[in-house]
Amino acid sequence: MATEAAGPGGGAAIARRLLGGWKALIVPALLLLAWHLAIAAGMSRLIPSPAEVARYMVDFAVGGIWDDAFSATLHIHLFASMGRVYGGFALAALVAVPLGLLIGRNDSVRALLDPFLQMMRPIPVTAWLPLSMILFGLGPRSAFFLVFLGAFYPILLNTTFGVRSVDRRLFEAASMLGCTGSAQFFRVVLPASLPSIFTGLRLGLGLAWFVIVVGEMTGVPQGLGAVIMDGRTLSRTELVICGMIVIGIAGFLSDRCVVAVMNRLLRWSPSHVA
Amino acid sequence: MSSRMEEIPILELRGVGKTYALNGARIEALAGASLVVRKGEFVCLIGASGCGKSTLLRIVAGFEPPSAGEALMWSKPIAGPAPDRGMVFQDYGLFPWLTVRQNIGFGPSARGLHRDRIAETVARFIDMVGLARFADAFPHQLSGGMKQRVAIARVLANDADIVLMDEPFGALDAMTRERLQDDLLDIWKSTGLTVIFVTHSIEEAILLADRVVVMEPGPGRIAGEYRVELPRPRDVASPEFNAVRRELGARLHSHHARKTT
Repeated sequence: MATEAAGPGGGAAIARRLLGGWKALIVPALLLLAWHLAIAAGMSRLIPSPAEVARYMVDFAVGGIWDDAFSATLHIHLFASMGRVYGGFALAALVAVPLGLLIGRNDSVRALLDPFLQMMRPIPVTAWLPLSMILFGLGPRSAFFLVFLGAFYPILLNTTFGVRSVDRRLFEAASMLGCTGSAQFFRVVLPASLPSIFTGLRLGLGLAWFVIVVGEMTGVPQGLGAVIMDGRTLSRTELVICGMIVIGIAGFLSDRCVVAVMNRLLRWSPSHVA
Repeated sequence: MSSRMEEIPILELRGVGKTYALNGARIEALAGASLVVRKGEFVCLIGASGCGKSTLLRIVAGFEPPSAGEALMWSKPIAGPAPDRGMVFQDYGLFPWLTVRQNIGFGPSARGLHRDRIAETVARFIDMVGLARFADAFPHQLSGGMKQRVAIARVLANDADIVLMDEPFGALDAMTRERLQDDLLDIWKSTGLTVIFVTHSIEEAILLADRVVVMEPGPGRIAGEYRVELPRPRDVASPEFNAVRRELGARLHSHHARKTT
């Protein structure tokens, strides 16, 4: 199932990637083997074997094996979840990055908002579920809100941290070169805090995929979280595992995309060239 | 050189002092410092740590207001940092996300100059500090000496009248330091720049300065001045140089001795 997405780059880069990827596959392969052996030895009758899951995954993706309600619906669920994950994430980034810059830069905004946000932060996203269903109704809008909430705090906190930890020397250097006041915002603050902002975006996107299952657990007909919940209700563990695998891969590939953008924008930073 | 020194002072400090509050205690970092610097002069500030030489430089740069006295640039009070006073920091202070070219162009670009003007200025100063091959490198790809060349070019490209240098070569190895000292003198000679240079090396001060200002701690203050009359280029190994070094060393030493007794 591990479909390797070939990234941009020459043939040598792809070859190097595949060679590097070879090592990354050892642990998953061993786990698959252990899983297979455990099932073959009859350790659990409730969990399907890897081969069964693989067969079900094919049916889930393209159909033609069982032809039930879930056959050939993977793309529908995947796109439904992706829409909420990227939508909620994008909205979170759009709000949290400017807000974080503001909190980090402006003392009165920080005094006004920081204590409140710090108090709200420890509340788990799952605890918001009932309230969000009342506020946004049973369905996709609630899931969207939870994703937004999950991605919001890591982006906000890392952005604020990035702004707060800009080397004072750089402000001095900018001001003696004639760049003072608000002009420093785009010329110093923003570029200097970009590494932290990207750390926040990566964490936020990861959490968005994490939260989507919770968000889609109730009242959502389509989505990977809904598939997992349906699988649970119907005692179809293979469906649950398929949903888990798809989320894992989708989350991984999303992260790779952010990392690719990050490596491009942060090529000046020795610690970010990965 | 002497004709330069008869012009009106570019910089004048009158009884400048700086007091910090640290955990309720008042710390006097600098007291009653008076100094006149004329256009084109190369002045070195020398003294042990805690003598207020960096504080004095930061007041001239406008990073900190004096708590007593007056700091005047072209007879006007210094109110904050400005491009006419360029600072070269010991730790470079380069913008890590900008290339060498962009770092040197930072000032002209911040002042809104036209792209062509910026490119022209930058090219000139990249050549002047000998970094043409590294124009598109990022700071983390450069050696310490190269970074300091960028920092110097950056303030020159911004038309600084005075270059303030806070132990700029202190973190460099001896060979690189010698090369940069020579290059700095060449630039100073060809541009008619005014330089205030903080160092704790007597040799460096004598090699570079028209005038050495000796400072001492507790509280930080100016203890005296020493005019270096040696002709340029100066030879560190010559007997004349050694004589000056001995004399200035004795002065510094006597200040310290007087302080401790």
